[in-house]
Amino acid sequence: MSAQGLSTNNLSVFYGEKQAVKKVSMDFEERSVTALIGPSGCGKSTFLRSLNRMNDLISGARIEGEVWIGDKNICDPHTDVVRLRQRIGMVWQKPNPFHKSIYENIAFGPRYHGVKGRKQLDEIVETCLRKTALWDEVKDRLSQSGLALSGGQQQRLCIARSLAVQPNILLMDEPASALDPVSTAKIEELISELKKDYTIVIVTHNMQQAARVSDRTAFFFLGDLIEYDDTQKMFTNPSKKSTDDYISGRFG
Amino acid sequence: MNLPVTNKQGGPPGKSGKWGKHVIEEARGRAFVYFCVLLMVVTIFSIVFFIASRGLTPFISQGVSVKDMLFGLKWKPEGNPPLFGALPFLFGSFVTSVLAALIAAPLGFCASIFMTEIMPKFGRTALQPAIELLAGIPSVVYGFVGLSVVVPFLRDVFPGQGIGILAGAIVLSVMILPTVTTIGTDALRSLPSGLKEGSYALGATRWQTIYRLILPTALPSLLTGVVLGIARAFGEALAVQMVIGNAPHIPRSLFESATTLTSIITLEMGNTTSGSLHNNALWSLALILLLMTFLFVFVVRMLERRVKR
Repeated sequence: MSAQGLSTNNLSVFYGEKQAVKKVSMDFEERSVTALIGPSGCGKSTFLRSLNRMNDLISGARIEGEVWIGDKNICDPHTDVVRLRQRIGMVWQKPNPFHKSIYENIAFGPRYHGVKGRKQLDEIVETCLRKTALWDEVKDRLSQSGLALSGGQQQRLCIARSLAVQPNILLMDEPASALDPVSTAKIEELISELKKDYTIVIVTHNMQQAARVSDRTAFFFLGDLIEYDDTQKMFTNPSKKSTDDYISGRFG
Repeated sequence: MNLPVTNKQGGPPGKSGKWGKHVIEEARGRAFVYFCVLLMVVTIFSIVFFIASRGLTPFISQGVSVKDMLFGLKWKPEGNPPLFGALPFLFGSFVTSVLAALIAAPLGFCASIFMTEIMPKFGRTALQPAIELLAGIPSVVYGFVGLSVVVPFLRDVFPGQGIGILAGAIVLSVMILPTVTTIGTDALRSLPSGLKEGSYALGATRWQTIYRLILPTALPSLLTGVVLGIARAFGEALAVQMVIGNAPHIPRSLFESATTLTSIITLEMGNTTSGSLHNNALWSLALILLLMTFLFVFVVRMLERRVKR
């Protein structure tokens, strides 16, 4: 396993008494897209959030098991969560740009981590906006509020924002489910582009989306990891019946 | 089709539809609401009209100039010639209110942050009720406490008698703390939760998130609380009057006696006869208070518009 490889070992997440994720062990391939699918409430989002310890913010949430990034178990209580989250970007279902200018939205993270020079920040902003194909659309109005953009642009701004702190891993929680088809297509295109540089884990309710963008797919049901295989195989010839049922829309 | 004709639930529009029960109910409800609103509007306008008509009389028919009142330094309503310089009162009101806000704002903001970000549970169950309790304490009690605790303390530590601007500001700051805190807490609670998560996911610490994201984003709402606090402080009479010393001059230090618009009105209104110049001059002071309140409301509106943008 290389220095940045992401994997989990018997990872369980509890909300109070309820176990939302049950002993899930997964290896994520580097520089590829892994899709997590499954019906609502199956624990896939919870699982995703435990990969960068965002569940810490929810009172009553408890984690058992291990999440490895390279040779570090990030569930270790001594983990520097701040450093960790810098290395793992996250994007949510609902675009959540800060109430600041487009420029400041992107410069925000680097500033947290001590980047001060105007020139350096300018560079980061441009690079990140180019990576998310937003540069040409907004380069003349960087000082405008990020909230003035369309939903799809906001989401790409949020992705650009998370790239600005130079993560290796991107977690996406239904990044396109609140967007129109054109914006969705752009986000999917972007994901395919970004996987050249980043390890991407995406939660999605959209089967076609999972089939289109991901290299590997994991099917969750009631907190269990049911099946995890190459996307091609999952969608054409799954080995478990419940996977087949879910993918072909017979339940869920 | 034989639908049973019924008016109990309003029923389908039929022969009796025009005067069906639902129509009468609607009309009665609307009449009641309209009446209440009308009563309220009439009350507000008559108060404003009354204050304005009395307060403007000295300027219109009794030969006092607006400039003398706003910028004059001497208040001798029974003198010969009578002088109506209200600048010391205006100055006292402004300085005590703004000082009070300067003391209360950081305290209130911190309390809001504590209640929303740091210990929400303890904040909701213990701190918030305690702060709301502060709002319920009568102002005479605040004045009394100020007189027996704040004033002696200031007298011991600083030069002077203890009574004065600073004593007034301290008492007022405690009185407006609930306003600042409650509005601030509501503002912080109503921020979209995704905002905080977005910041944490970038590897921000809690303090960075609070200081660089939450406070700037909620600032207009927080300032709304401060402005409403100043408005309340501006209008508070009794508690300030008990600790400020009521000397009608502009003080040169925080520990000198001063007075405010409200205290001069309460102190002198009993000694004047209605319609006299002195009495009308006090109404002019009331008019100034009213106009200041309008100004504060206006500022709050502006801030709210910034929040919505």
